[in-house]
Amino acid sequence: MHSSLNRHINILDFALSSLLRRKTKNSSLLVLYMLIVFIIASLIFFVHALKREAALILKNAPDMVVQRMIAGRHDLIPVSYGEKIGAIRGVSAVVPRLWGYYYDPVFGANYTLMVPDNRTISPENVIIGSGVARNQRIKTGDLLTFRTYDKGSLLLQVEQILPYESELVAADLVLMSASDFQAMFRMPRGVATDLALTVANPLELITVANKIVEQFPDTRPILKSEILRTYNSVFDWRGGMMVVMLGVAVLSFVIFAWDKATGLSAEERKEIGILKSIGWETSDVLLLKFWEGAVISLSAFLAGVVLAYGHVFFFSAALFEHPLKGWSILYPQFRLVPAVDAYQLSILFFLSVIPYTAATIIPAWLAATVDPDAAMRS
Amino acid sequence: MRKSTMFLLITACNLSLFVLMALHARLSQSQGNRERSARARLVKELRLTDLCLFTEARYTRHPSMADLHAPFQDHPGALEHFPSGSLVTPPAAATRSHAQFP
Repeated sequence: MHSSLNRHINILDFALSSLLRRKTKNSSLLVLYMLIVFIIASLIFFVHALKREAALILKNAPDMVVQRMIAGRHDLIPVSYGEKIGAIRGVSAVVPRLWGYYYDPVFGANYTLMVPDNRTISPENVIIGSGVARNQRIKTGDLLTFRTYDKGSLLLQVEQILPYESELVAADLVLMSASDFQAMFRMPRGVATDLALTVANPLELITVANKIVEQFPDTRPILKSEILRTYNSVFDWRGGMMVVMLGVAVLSFVIFAWDKATGLSAEERKEIGILKSIGWETSDVLLLKFWEGAVISLSAFLAGVVLAYGHVFFFSAALFEHPLKGWSILYPQFRLVPAVDAYQLSILFFLSVIPYTAATIIPAWLAATVDPDAAMRS
Repeated sequence: MRKSTMFLLITACNLSLFVLMALHARLSQSQGNRERSARARLVKELRLTDLCLFTEARYTRHPSMADLHAPFQDHPGALEHFPSGSLVTPPAAATRSHAQFP
């Protein structure tokens, strides 16, 4: 047992010396390898934490939202629809939601304007998300100006700023009274943007949705499960950006492994010949090559994953900021709750460490099985 | 010091950081849960349906509420010009067969 450990340590010593002889090549390989692991691991951490957050937060979303469709587009729904929908067996509450979008031409940002039904906001007052406050550089008590749809201006006083923790769901929210909302958009009375339904028994959701579609063929019910599924498919691998990033990473691994698998350099072949001629067994040579591959790939994997964790959970995934921001002016600043997906990390380990190490051993095995004299001469 | 000892020490440090990372993730849950429950309360109170991730277009701000024809203009799976459109896939309802509705 002890001698076997010694053998490994001695061969590891030799492998490290061999790697250090080609210091520039191997260190640049290690850095590149680590960078690729870092990018993929950052994606894994970010996407997993975000999906988990979405699933846990949005389970409090309405059981069903009913929209009205006209000519294929979402339209305002009469509140009278809600009264009839409320009479369907199984529906315990129907709440008309008033919400919409406002493009601020001064700051170039899009806001979501909403009328809360269970929070009283007096007219000419607003509650804003911290993203809006940051974007407009305003605080509680300041005035906020909106341009109404009849070209007038609406002056509103900031009553409260929603806390920082709410940014992930409310960074761009502007909560206002129903009268201000109607004045802002010249919205007719008796209509809502959509209806939020509460259904007592979740098993009845599909039956209720079917009844609504039967009774009101111009409506479109959206179930909570669909809302949750939408966020399950955010950052899906089929998304353009993800395909490019994952494609680049996989191709890089293939190139690394290909470079190793296509054969050894003349110098490495000669080295194997010398080692065999001074009495090394083929198994010793294979062990040497295994350690050479493992030192590079294991170090790159461990360092890449740890750096990715710091990047996502301590620096709020700063490298992904630009693609995430896109053209938007208002971007939520949030720190995700750390979550490690052991399954995906194991897949990354098997994709990054195992193929590279295996690809290092195969050409060495081919070289080690030939006659030492021939290996040295080649 | 032997090179192998040095390497094993560095690997042990890396492994310790790896374990610390998992520990940190576990220990951050209580703080995270507090913040998360504040967000969840707001979602319930305001009847919100979406995360505020991308504010650049209507259908990326509220992907689950986007109507069937606005997002991903030409085809549910088509790529479009907003950068976030390459991160958000079409809402579940838009790719579902209407024949089996709902």
